[in-house]
Order: sequence, then C-alpha cells, then structure tokens
Amino acid sequence: MNSNNTPSSSAGGPGSAAADSTAPPTTRNSKRPKYSRFTQQELPACKPILTPKWVISAFMLVTVIFIPIGVASLFASHDVVEIIDRYETDCIPEDSRKDKIAYIQSSGDKTCNRILNVTKHMKHPIYVYYQLDNYYQNHRRYVKSRSDQQLRDRDSENDTSACKPEDKTANGSTIVPCGLIAWSLFNDSYSFSRNNQNLSVNKHGISWKSDRDHKFGKDVFPKNFQSGGLIGGKHLNESIPLSEQEDLIVWMRTAALPTFRKLYGKIEVDLVAGDVINVTLQNNYNTYSFNGKKKLVLSTTSWLGGKNDFLGIAYLTVGGLCFFLAMVFTIIYLVKPRRLGDPSYLSWNRNPGGH
Amino acid sequence: MAFGTGGRRRGKKSKVHFTKLCNFACCRSSLNDEHSQIGQSGFSRNVHCNDPDNLEQLQLRYRDNYVSTTKYTALNFIPKSLFEQFRRVANIYFLVVACVSFSPLAPFGATSILFPLLVVIGATMAKEGVEDWRRRKQDIEANNRKVQVYGRNQTFEETRWKNLRVGDLVKVYKDEYFPADLFLVSSSYEDGICYVETSNLDGETNLKVKHALDVTASIHDESSFQNFKAVIKCEDPNDDLYAFVGTLCHGRQYPLSVQQILLRDSKLQNTDYIYGVVIFTGHDTKVMQNTTDPPSKRSKIERKMDKIIYILFSTLIMMSSVGSVFFGIETKNDIHDGKLTRWYLGPGNATVFYDPRRASLAAFFHFLTDLMLYQYLIPISLYVSIEVVKVLQTIFINQDQDMYFEETDKPARARTSNLNEELGQVDTILSDKTGTLTCNSMEFVKCSIAGIAYGRGLTEVERALAKKKGGGPPEVGDTSFDAEGSNAELVDTGRSIKGFNFQDERIMNGQWVKQTHSNVIQKFFRVLALCHTAIPDVNQDTGEISYEAESPDEAAFVIAARELGFEFYERTQTSISLHELDRESGKSVDRSYKLLHVLEFSSARKRMSVIVRNPENQLLLLCKGADSEEEFMSWEEEFLKAQTSVTADRDALVDAVADKIERDLILLGATAVEDKLQKGVPECIEKLANAGIRIWVLTGDKMETAINIGYACSLLRQGMKQIVITLDSPAVNDLENKGNKEAIAKASISSITKQIKEGLSELSSAKESSVSFALIIDGKSLAFALDENLENSFLELAMKCASVICCRSTPKQKALVTRLVKKGKNRTTLAIGDGANDVGMLQEADIGVGISGVEGMQAVMSSDFAIAQFRFLERLLLVHGHWCYRRISMMICYFFYKNITFGFTLFWFEAYASFSGKPAYNDWYMSLYNVFFTSLPVIALGVFDQDVSARFCLKYPLLYQEGVQNILFSWQHILGWMFNGFMCSMIIFFLATNCIKEQSFRKDGKVVDYEILGVLMYTSVVWTVNCQMALSINYFTWIQHFFIWGSITLWYLFLVIYGTISPILSTTAYRVLVETCAPSPFYWMASLLIVVSALLPYFSYKAIQIRFHPMFHEIIQRRRLEGLET
Repeated sequence: MNSNNTPSSSAGGPGSAAADSTAPPTTRNSKRPKYSRFTQQELPACKPILTPKWVISAFMLVTVIFIPIGVASLFASHDVVEIIDRYETDCIPEDSRKDKIAYIQSSGDKTCNRILNVTKHMKHPIYVYYQLDNYYQNHRRYVKSRSDQQLRDRDSENDTSACKPEDKTANGSTIVPCGLIAWSLFNDSYSFSRNNQNLSVNKHGISWKSDRDHKFGKDVFPKNFQSGGLIGGKHLNESIPLSEQEDLIVWMRTAALPTFRKLYGKIEVDLVAGDVINVTLQNNYNTYSFNGKKKLVLSTTSWLGGKNDFLGIAYLTVGGLCFFLAMVFTIIYLVKPRRLGDPSYLSWNRNPGGH
Repeated sequence: MAFGTGGRRRGKKSKVHFTKLCNFACCRSSLNDEHSQIGQSGFSRNVHCNDPDNLEQLQLRYRDNYVSTTKYTALNFIPKSLFEQFRRVANIYFLVVACVSFSPLAPFGATSILFPLLVVIGATMAKEGVEDWRRRKQDIEANNRKVQVYGRNQTFEETRWKNLRVGDLVKVYKDEYFPADLFLVSSSYEDGICYVETSNLDGETNLKVKHALDVTASIHDESSFQNFKAVIKCEDPNDDLYAFVGTLCHGRQYPLSVQQILLRDSKLQNTDYIYGVVIFTGHDTKVMQNTTDPPSKRSKIERKMDKIIYILFSTLIMMSSVGSVFFGIETKNDIHDGKLTRWYLGPGNATVFYDPRRASLAAFFHFLTDLMLYQYLIPISLYVSIEVVKVLQTIFINQDQDMYFEETDKPARARTSNLNEELGQVDTILSDKTGTLTCNSMEFVKCSIAGIAYGRGLTEVERALAKKKGGGPPEVGDTSFDAEGSNAELVDTGRSIKGFNFQDERIMNGQWVKQTHSNVIQKFFRVLALCHTAIPDVNQDTGEISYEAESPDEAAFVIAARELGFEFYERTQTSISLHELDRESGKSVDRSYKLLHVLEFSSARKRMSVIVRNPENQLLLLCKGADSEEEFMSWEEEFLKAQTSVTADRDALVDAVADKIERDLILLGATAVEDKLQKGVPECIEKLANAGIRIWVLTGDKMETAINIGYACSLLRQGMKQIVITLDSPAVNDLENKGNKEAIAKASISSITKQIKEGLSELSSAKESSVSFALIIDGKSLAFALDENLENSFLELAMKCASVICCRSTPKQKALVTRLVKKGKNRTTLAIGDGANDVGMLQEADIGVGISGVEGMQAVMSSDFAIAQFRFLERLLLVHGHWCYRRISMMICYFFYKNITFGFTLFWFEAYASFSGKPAYNDWYMSLYNVFFTSLPVIALGVFDQDVSARFCLKYPLLYQEGVQNILFSWQHILGWMFNGFMCSMIIFFLATNCIKEQSFRKDGKVVDYEILGVLMYTSVVWTVNCQMALSINYFTWIQHFFIWGSITLWYLFLVIYGTISPILSTTAYRVLVETCAPSPFYWMASLLIVVSALLPYFSYKAIQIRFHPMFHEIIQRRRLEGLET
C-alpha cells in the first residue's frame, strides 16, 4: 500500500464544477487586475462640452463659411443662361388637340417648328437637353427591366430574364437591347438653325465614358429592336454597336426623379443675344397618355453646373440662420451671464428619499 | 451532521465512539422508513461494487463518467445556436425577409439582404462558439485527469476520469479531486475516516469528516479487494448535496448515509488516500445535477427596448400600408378607360405584381415588398452590438483595480452581462447584515461570568454611538477615525490577535485565579474550549495553534479560551485535549476529555452541546454548563434512533431529542462577540444615501442591536426621525402568554395597522421640513405587514423613508420584502448578501450582488455580480452602474436615430418613385449601412463614453439619480431621438432633391441620375449620423476619433473599391465616385450643406437645453471646465 507516486493535485481546479470557484492553493498567482489606462478606463480623452464660447464660435464658423459659398453659388447660377421651350401641346395641331394620344399614335408626319429667342450671350458649349415630366424612370418595374449582361457582352445575348415583357419578339427571337427602358427610348429629334444656317449638334460625349467603355459592348449590335407589334420609341441603327449609341446610353442611365432632363447634344458655337434659333423637331414621343410635359432646353454651364439658385439660397439661409443664432446666444449670454458652473445648480435635489 | 459511525480504534483524528450501539441502531433502522423504498421508483439504482463488468451492471447502462458542460456539440451547434437566435422577434423578421428576398417581391438582391443577417448571426454564433469552446477545453481537462482504478489483474492501474464506470473501485490520494460520487470504502486511517474540502460545491473551506462503514473500513489490502464484492442499492441521481439514501448488501444490509459519500469535485485533504466505489458517474453526480445556468434576468432598459422595437414594427407596417395603398392606386391608374397611361411601364402585359387589372392584389404583394424595403427601420445589429458592448463592459468591471480586494485576492466579478445598465438605476438596496456590512469575523470582546462583566474593549458600535452623541454628524470621507481607533488598540496590547479584542487585567494573564468566582471562571472557559467542533492546526515550526472552525464565532471562543489559558490543542475522534492553567498551582497542565457526543448547532435550537467525560470521570453536558448523568443512556438510545432514522424529518427528530437533554443547565456566564463592520461601510452607505438610494437592512438581529448597527454604519443618522413598528407591546405580550393564536393575530394586525397609519401621518405632517425618516420593523410585525391587506400601506410608508431596518427577519421574509419592493413600486431593487440565507433574496431582486466573503460561495453562485467588500458597491453603482446606464441608453437611442434617419430617406424617395418599391440606394450600400458605416462608433460609444470621470461620479453621488429617474431613457428622450432622426431624414432628402433638381451638376453638362442622387444622399446620411455621434458623445479618445472618422472614410474607400469592380457586380456604383461625383464641386458643396443643416436642429436644441435646463452631468462638466473642481 505504498503511495510513492502520489500525484500532485491538478492545477486549474475542476473545470466541470461550478465555474469560477477558488483556485487550488497550489497556484499563487494574484488575481489583481493588471493596470492599464485602457482597462481602468482612464485613456486620455478630450471632453468637449457646449460652452457659450463654443456655441457662438460654431455658429459663427458656419456663418463665415456658408455665406461666401452661398454668394458664390448664386453668382454661378446667375451666370448660366438657359432657354426652355415647352412644346408638347404646341406641337400638336389645333384640330388634333382634343385627342392628343390618337395624334401621337398616328403614323403621319409630326414635324413641328419652334422659335427660340436668345436673350443673353451664350458661350459654347451650349448643352441641349430634353426634359420630361411625370415620367417615372425610377419605377421599380422599369428600372429592373434591362439586362446589363446583354448590353455588355455579345455572348450573353440571351440573358434576358429580367427584360420581360420586352425580351423576345413574337416569334421568339431575342431583342437586343431588351427591356422596357431600351424599348421606351425617347425619339423626339431636334435640328437647329440660325439665320437659316444649320447649327450642328454634337452628339458625341454626351454619355459617361465608363458607360460607353464598360457597360455597353463594342461588339453588341441592336437586333430585333422595336420590331414587335407595339413600338415604344426610337429605332436603332443595327450597324452601329451599342457603345456608340449615345442616345441609348444616356437614356439607359435612369433618372432619379419623375422630372428629369437628359442630354441631347452640344452646340459648339456661341449664341449671341438677339439670335433667333429655329428648331425643327419631330414630335414622336408619347407623353400624352400620362399627361407628361416635354421641354427643350438649351443651357450653358458654370463651374457648378446648370442653373439652380436653390443651393446658393440654401447656403445663404443656413448661414444667415446661424448668424442669427450666434447673435441670439451672444445676447442671452451677455444679458444673463448665469454661469453654468454656478454651484446653486448643484442643489438640484429631486432626491425622494431625502437626505 | 458530524455524527456517524466511527472506528473502534483510536485513529489520528477520530471523533465518535459509540460504534456498536450505532451499528445496532443503523441495522434496525434499515428495516423501516425510507430504506423500505429502496428498489422502488426514485430509489432504483444498483451498484455492483468492484464489479463493473458484472452482466447485471452492464445491463443497467448507467452513464459513463464523461462530462460535458458545453451548451452545444459539434453536431448540434449550428441548428441549436440558430434556433436560439431566431427566438428573437426581430431576427425572425429578418429571416423571413431573407427568405422572401429570393422571390421577385424583393426590392433588392437576395444576397444584399442575407449579408447583414449572416454577419449578425455569424457574430453572435462566433461568440457562442468561443464561449462554448472554453467550456469544452475545461471539460477535456477534467475528463482526462488520471485516477487509480482497481483492475482485473488485482492491482491499481491509472486510467482517465472519463473511462470510469459505475462499480469501479478507485484510489484517490491526498489533494486530489474525487472523479465521481464515491462510496467511501476505507481510508488510510484505520477507522476509515477521511477529510474532504467541498469549496467547489458550496464554497465552504472548512474540512468535513466522512466515515466509512465499519464493515468495510478494515479493507486496506490490495489483495483483499479481490474478494470485496457488494451491491449498493440507492437513490437515483438527484441534486441534494446533503442527503443520500442507500443500503450496502455485503453479507447483510447496512444503511448508507451521506457520511459515506464522497462527492465529485470535492477534494481529499489531511488523509493520505482513500478507496471508494463509483456510485454516480458523469452527469449523474450530485455536483453535475446541481449545475444550473447563471440566473437569467433582463434589464428594464432591454425590456423597454423591446417595446420600442414593437413601435418601430408598427411604424414599419404603417409605412408599408401607406406605400401599398398609393402603389395600388397608381397601378390601377396605369390603365385608364381601357387605355394605357404609363405605357412605358408595360402595364398591358404585366405580371401580377404590377397588373393594373388586379391592382389590389398587386398592392398586397407590394405591401410585402415594402416590409422588406423599410427593414432598415429595425436595427438588425442592435442586439449583437449590445451584447458585444455588454461583454466589454463586464470586462471593465472585472478589471477594475479599485474593486479588487487584496486580502482575499478577489476582484469584482460580473457573472452576467445582462444587467450592467440596471446597476445605474437602482432605487432600493436590500442588504443583509452579517458578512455583508460586517466582516463576519467575530471578535471576543466581553464576557460576564457569575454576574460580573469583564472586558474593557470598546466595540465599534459603542464608538460610533459615542461619536454621534459627542460631535455633530461625521464628515464625509472621514475614514481616519476607525484607523486611529484600531491602531490605538494595537499599541495597547502590543500584539493583535485575530478574533480577540478583549482587555481586562482582572482575568487576563492568569489573574483570573485571584477572582472570587475563579471556579466558575474556570468552568466557563472550559466550556469555551471544549464545546465546539473546531479542529486545531499546529504549526510544526512555531508551535502556534490555529483553528479551523465552522463558524467565525466558534473560532473566536476557542481563541478566547486559548488566550485566557485554556488552550485546545488536540482533537481525536474520541477526545479533546487542552493545556489548562491549573487553578491551584497556577501552572499549565494537560487535560484530556473523553468526547462522548456532539450535539451540533442547529438554528432551531440555537445552541450546541458536547457531552464529555472529564479526567475525574464526571460526565458533563457542556452547553452552557450542566452535569446530568441520569437518563443519559436512555436518552442516547433515543438520540441514536433519531440520528440514524434516515428520513426526511430526521433533522426535526434530532432537534427534538437534543432538546430533551439540553435542560436543567446551570448558567455560568455570557459572552459577547462583536462582528466588526467592514472597512468603509458607513462612508459607502452615506454616499449611497446621498445618491438617493434607499437602503433597507434585513437582519436577524434583535431591534436594539439593529438600531445600534444602523447608527454605526450611518444608516441611521443624527436628526433622522425613527418610526418603529413592533409587536413588543404589553397588550400583545399578554395575549401571547395566554396563547390564543387567533386573538394574537387579530390584535397584532390591528396594532400594526395603527402603527403604520401613525407613521404615515407623521410623514405627511413633516412633508415640508427636510427631516428624513427611518423605519424600523421587527420580524413578527413584518410577517403581518407583508400580509396582502397591509402590504400596500406598509410599502407606502417604507418607500417614504430613507432607510428601513427589518430586524429578526427570516430568509423567506427577506425574499418576500424584496419581491414587495420590486413588484409594488416597480422600482429597481438590488439585493446584496453573502450567505446561503440570502440566496432567495438575491434571486428575487432585479440585481443580486454576492459578497464573496467567508460564508462560502452559495450567495455568489446565485448572484449577478460578486464583489469582495460592501464598500465596492459604491463604485459598482455610482461609477460602473452610472456609466453603463448612460452608455447603453445612449447607444440604443442612437441606434434608433440612425436607422430612422436612413429608413425614412428610403420612404421619401418612394414617394417620388410612385411607391414602386425602388430603393434610393444601391443594394450593397444598404446592406453595409448597419454593418460597416455606422456600427463601430456606436459600439465605441457603448463601451467607452463617460459623461464625467469616476472621481466626479463619486464626488457627486446625486448624479446617480439620472439613472434612477431614467432621464436618459425616458419616452420623452427616446421619442426625441426618433424625431431627430425623422427630421434628419427629411432635411437630407428634401435638400438633396431640391439642390439637384433637373439641372446639370457639372461643368460638362451631365445631369444627375438615379445613381448620383443615391450617392449624394447616402454620403449625407453617413456624414450626418457619424457627426451626430461626435456631437453627442462626451468623451473623445483616439478610439472614438478612429471609429467615427474611420467610418466616414470607409464609405469613400468602399465607393472607390466597389466602383472599380466589374459593372455587372457594382451596377449603379460603377466608378460613381471617381468618375461622376468626386470631380464635381457641386457634390461636395451639396454634401456640406446637407450635413450641416441636418445637424443644426440638434445642435441648437442642445445649446439651448444646456443653457436653460442643464442636466446634472452637464453642470459637473462645466464646473470641471471652469476649473472649479480640481
């Protein structure tokens, strides 16, 4: 009965037992938590608080930054010259205006002449836009109805599951480009002349470069497009690859809101004040079914883009408001300089138990 | 329960002598009572000792000794943890959304919905997995420990714990843990006793004695085991650590009790080795049957959060309904008078989801789509973020050096992470007294012998009372008093003895022999030296003796006896030996007393006795001194019968019989021991009271003591009015003497009703003055006050008092009072205690805090937080509690804010997309919103934010009221944040859409399209919510800076990276930043405008609020800044 091999107790305690009981006396490691600024929650920190000085300074800072930006944006917006011509009603002959839809769906010639008066000097490039209204390019069904694979890659031609109902023609052949977006491609066209001299419209570079290079294939050509029973919009030249069909590329980049402009082209000459521009337009696109407006827009740009005073006004408003608030707070602090650290606050006593 | 069957011969440490008698009794009892149940249900276990390969044994198919404490196994981990996760409503919703997202109903790609869900679920599962892996490692360690097993070749062989089988004979050495529940066969002591330490089971560190049956105790020889075959029939596995019913059939039947059972995870000590037979293995062992999950409580904030989630769900459903109604109308209008209106949408041949001819059906489907689209209102990552944050918070609590107690080497420990923020909302603390407010280390202070009081030491309570009377209220933070006091004593006596604070020159240093009553004094101290169950521990080097006693007062008595010349130095199973100062000669002599019986302390009798035979051959029953020889034999028989009856009411029987002999005693004297207050208790209580926390002390003391203690620990203060409710009135006492129970109850109730009414009227009359009240109630009154009829008025009275003391209260009353406060006023209660009698209270309270002190681990095991000293409660509540409350409530508010901000921008966009369900953003922007761009700062907020530093939290305890009154998580506050989110979403959307309109946004004439609006809005949202975070936090370390600005940077980085991958994958995000947005000054200017405008309302509100209605922490911050605080 020798016990010469008396095993020593295993350190670490019986693991399976109640989790964290006393360690066996053999271990003499102190359980004292180790000091670090992190574990003791004493990391160096900046502790900002809203003192009057800070409040006023913050408001003033916003004022100082926002007012100049606002002024600059307003100037930029005012530099932009914009000519807008709404034509959807005017381009329908008087006698057809009772049933515009029937007119637009008829197959006759829908040429319409418009005259634009240039009131201010417009430096080139002058951007030509068409503007549609009440047109939901952001509708879920519409947005989804396209095939990025098909547009990009010739081999994915049949990848049209998302395009229904504009995926295949009646006889089952694939439509390229498929889907509702492409199908409803805007097909009004404009040609401009000044003093009977044709103003050429440059339609190159109106789309994003990345779209041309990477989203629309150089070897993908339109096929069976607009060949079905119902014609949605513009036809495409089947000999030009999609990457060069810039109208399509612009159109396929769907708008965010129901009122939108899309770039039609650029006029690369200056227009002078007093110029009269004759526009010959083909009024083909049906916005009448849903009471949508159509506008032709000629606009220059500034460093900030097109004409919109809102940004400038908003900047000025916010800047002004901040200035006002800064003044109000200054007055409050000056008139009643009650110190926040006033110890009288410390008597704040909502202590129910009482002391 | 020290009594049991003992050995015949004197072992090194044996205790009881009546072996034969006892065995006789045992056998008799085996024929009746519970042992008759053996073989029936509940008592069906059969163990073939030393014969695990017995066919019958194998057929029983008992479990092996493999133990697994893990929640999951490799196989069920995935399904089980998934199931756990999807018990949350929000997660189910997200799961359903993810499933539906594969249908055409989905507004965006399925993967982008699945991704965040997978991240969140994955993170939670990883956390579970890591925790489980740790448990598993512990299991593996335990399962692979080695033990010696008696094998086929008649020798002991080493084997692993997990390979043990029922019936195996094992040999366990000193300091080893028992591998399973064993039947003690024999030990290295000839009489078959052994000592075990059970601190892993119940935390008690004192040694317990176990006895082998006589019939087996002699089996020592390895060869003799060969012939040892027996069958044990016993109870089925259960969780009662203190009972065992079984019989051993070894030739004849012998009853077995818990005395023969060695429990797994207890440890063999002071015994070289034992032999035992495995009875219960693995999960059948008592300790495993006892393992319960830590208590699972949920904090009030989390429960409120659930309500908010439901509100958001309702909002979600409302938004979806609005969306689907509008969608239905617009879809219906797509065919007007048989003509297609929005022909470009192809309404003529639309699927059912868009079919104008079935518009209501389309609207219904659209409702589902919208439910998915607006899912961003529900913060998917909220739960997992909160869990992560809380775990990190508990690390801070565990790591706090200021809550580490050097003496016992115990840091604070958060046993659950659920309740961190609840610590900041405690309204009422219910505290135990002994061991919680006091050290539970008794000091012998005074005694009274033969009517003469001895002892000149001042008790702490006396000191405190003197101080109260002498001077004004003590200053806060004045700790010098105690220190000085104790130092002075040390100087006086020259040395300090733990547990002994007695000074009296009349009887110290042997002077007692000169006292007139020296014979009584002698007897008195003999009682102290003999009547106990302590075990002496002689230090071999110094010869000093220390004692291991079951309770600290016992130790104090033995020490006192030693100091006065009655040194107890040896205990055998049958005798107790003392070095005694002889009265006549004045010299030290050794005297040995034969120990006949120990009547252990029971709380019902409240006394213990020993029966000894002194060297003069007198039989003495020492309880408080009385000799009674007659009747002893007959009594003893009765006692043994009771002891060995092994029935449920055995304890009651034993008590009754013990009562019989503890009579006709002669009073020698009385002792006074003092349980010292723990360090810092009065200061801590004062701080907590200043923080507006009500403190109730529930103690077993009588009223006078309780009031004195109340003064000593600042619970009762100068100028406080006391309302005393007691039944100790002449009228009631009279009735009690008559013994008519009904009349007593009636009188008691009316008396208490009257007293409560008086108290209430006193309170209301003193409303105007700033006097605070204290309520003192005794246990008897409490029993009636907790009656349903009186409950409410009692509670009303108690809640208006700053302090409440309940004297003479039982453990059950403690729990009842806790429940009353918790339920009655819906206040957050914190119970703090250290002993097994506090367990009910700890579990009942919203938060249970266990003191890991001397009374074992039971309280700690059922607590939510464990601290070593009462004074740490101050830091736990005022600092950690306050911070955690702030952090969690801010975090949740912010979560809702950021998701509402985001979710509503989607809704506004819908309104401009004819509610078709097209989201404003690219799929992946959306799915990463909760995961990447906004999650880390809010976690940093939850982990690190501090309104004021720990020092100020403690300096201004009133700050704690922010949590008690729930200012930061009031509905007002929450709705305020939600409104802020709503407003931010409006500002972002409408400013963005108005800025860009239809004009071009670049020099090159390009116009804004869907992609760019999405990027602009998303940029604004990310900036806004992150800057909002920067505005609302109070504490900026590099971590906050890193996360906040990092999140914003990450958004741009993400845009660049996502924008470079193939357009098939990135779709609308392809080169959107690099090519279209970044070169446009308009984009940056619009972002700036939107972000500043969105933040402006909050900023202005905050500036005004700080100016006119500063919150308490803001005042302190301000004072700090102004240098008013140093």
